[in-house]
Amino acid sequence: MTEIDRTAGWAEAAVREHAAENAAASREEQVLERIDRARRRKARVKEEHITMAHGSGGKATQTLVEAVFLEAFRNPLLEPLEDGAVFGVGSSRLAFTTDSYVVSPLFFPGGDIGDLAVNGTVNDLAVCGARPLYLSAGFVLEEGFPVEDLRRVTASMARAADAAGVSVVTGDTKVVQRGKADGCYVNTAGVGLLDRPADLGVARARPGDAVVVSGPIGEHGVTIMLARGELDIEADLTSDTAPLNGLTAALLDASPTGVRCMRDATRGGVATILNEIARASGVAVVVDEDAVPVRPAVRGACELLGIDPLYVACEGRMVTVVAGPAAGTALAALRAHPLGEGAAVIGHVKDDPPGLVLLRTAFGGTRIVDVLVGDPLPRIC
Amino acid sequence: MRFVDEYRDADKARALSARIASLCEPGREYKFMEVCGGHTHTIYKHGLEDYLPETITLVHGPGCPVCVIPMGRVDDAIHIAEQPGVVMTSFGDMMRVPGGRGSFFDSKARGAEIRMVYSPLDALKVARQNPDRQVVFMAIGFETTAPSTAMTVLRAAAEGIGNFSVFCNHVTIIPAIKAILDSPDLRLDGFVGPGHVSTIIGCRPYEFIARDYGKPLVVAGFEPLDILQSIYMLLLQLAEGRSEVENQYSRVVPWQGNVRALRAISEVMELRPYFEWRGLGFISHSALRVRDRYAAHDAERIFQIPGGRVADPKACQCGEVLKGVLKPWECKVFGTACTPETPIGTCMVSSEGACAAYYNFGRFSRERVREATR
Repeated sequence: MTEIDRTAGWAEAAVREHAAENAAASREEQVLERIDRARRRKARVKEEHITMAHGSGGKATQTLVEAVFLEAFRNPLLEPLEDGAVFGVGSSRLAFTTDSYVVSPLFFPGGDIGDLAVNGTVNDLAVCGARPLYLSAGFVLEEGFPVEDLRRVTASMARAADAAGVSVVTGDTKVVQRGKADGCYVNTAGVGLLDRPADLGVARARPGDAVVVSGPIGEHGVTIMLARGELDIEADLTSDTAPLNGLTAALLDASPTGVRCMRDATRGGVATILNEIARASGVAVVVDEDAVPVRPAVRGACELLGIDPLYVACEGRMVTVVAGPAAGTALAALRAHPLGEGAAVIGHVKDDPPGLVLLRTAFGGTRIVDVLVGDPLPRIC
Repeated sequence: MRFVDEYRDADKARALSARIASLCEPGREYKFMEVCGGHTHTIYKHGLEDYLPETITLVHGPGCPVCVIPMGRVDDAIHIAEQPGVVMTSFGDMMRVPGGRGSFFDSKARGAEIRMVYSPLDALKVARQNPDRQVVFMAIGFETTAPSTAMTVLRAAAEGIGNFSVFCNHVTIIPAIKAILDSPDLRLDGFVGPGHVSTIIGCRPYEFIARDYGKPLVVAGFEPLDILQSIYMLLLQLAEGRSEVENQYSRVVPWQGNVRALRAISEVMELRPYFEWRGLGFISHSALRVRDRYAAHDAERIFQIPGGRVADPKACQCGEVLKGVLKPWECKVFGTACTPETPIGTCMVSSEGACAAYYNFGRFSRERVREATR
């Protein structure tokens, strides 16, 4: 074989190899595209019965909401699936929302089902940009539930309503037989007035925007997990349950046009909210793991359980998307408020790849942050 | 946070990454299998592949406890759970694993009492609190979790808790590795060895891999720097023409293992003649059952179980994925028919399964993401 032949042979092999590599790469890309299409397909509930996953706030909940509730009630106000509906009445714009509370245990460090039920609905109104005004309260009580406990719950609701500047103006009571409920369930609905000019929505994030959280995440979820007493882990932690309407008002006053979207990070945590934003806005959200505020006790418990704090519920924290140039002002306004002292910019909005939340890990790698199917399940070993 | 952050230091990772790159022979492709699902999880969760040259491929092995449970055993467990008076207890990971008749979650929705526990001792607690119910623990996992199952059976026997039993599905890692080494369609350059399994069995059982198959194995910890260092140690062995068993995880793994734990296992359990592994088929002497003397705590003896074999769905290629022959995305149904919401195969269920890890953490085009995260 001559030198030229040998070189030609080598070159040919190199070309073949390169082509094979390209084919492999494009095959993976094709699969990724196929998956993307599958994910955009209409949601269908495949289960015959409701499972606990349907209540987790993750993909199973989304599917149930879209395939059953949205299918049945479809209308332009419901369709955006925001935390509340916003509509005009006369010359005013109102926000309207409802939420049910079935937390166990009823009383936990830092709060109870009562203040949770008030703050949760107040927060859903606040993140719509509304000033919360009036709440309703519905109680489902189990036969045998101590009246003393009910008094504790209602006293706590009254205190929370006072703190948030709202009144409970109507209500309902039902009692069910022993064993048909777990002590006490509470439903609240709320009405608020949009008296600020903001234009908010989960679909309004644009490339260049900054993503801000209002404080350390995951405290409510971990507190509840520990309060159930199943884990034999002890930590000095309390729920973060708090009314956010003061914080949202301060933010909107500081930057009336810079705020694109606010969401309170309840079930499913910050990760789920970011996914909703990425999907609805058709953008990529890039998060820096190092920048996400997490208290050591929450991080420690999550490490032990193999759970990611990004998926753990908060009841007094919000995720905000603000226009890039307004980020400084917005952050300063949040930090000036007692409930926003720990606020931090955790990431930015990019144009590509649309619909994905990406994490730059503290270790220096990259990965996706997806929506979980159900509740985060502790790992085996 | 102490004992965590020092093993996730990005500066050290960059330094290791450079040393790894300098050890790679130009033009040579390397394939290393990480045996443990825990390693797979770490690799994806921290984005570890960003630190590796493209010539190194990590192949995800069979060491995901949930992934290797065959569908028939899930059906048997559900059959037990649906007997009157039974409380089934299970690790969280197991709850979504589908059998032929759905998963524990589905069975729970149909009315069975299935509780999630964090350890078999919690299951024993449930048995103490419910003396009129038969409390069954769904025992799964490799040698890592077998000792805690054995200790719990010993305690139940000592305390005379007659209403507690285990449905034993414990498997052993060595036969699975051997099955992979003997599989003709796979070429590996070395193993990132199991970490937690090795805390129990030690490093000696792997010596045949280095000696008889000529493949280096480095027992590795579960933090991202542990895995990077192990890959460096594997490359160093290859560069120096060695094939040995080395222990990167020496802060936790003693060379001779945990004798007390091994004694507890062998007191309570014995090897089964054969056991079916999801995707890998029947492997002889690869699983554990409860010994005769603890029959009173063995759910397989207490209940009439159907013991049927359920063939994996035709479209499912979990076996190829578990053996590392296919990458998750190369499976025909990956991400379309088989997703974390509606898993067909077990690899898509556990967060340690290769498919779930790729789907949840790695499902993106490297190039576009590099652009976005720059």
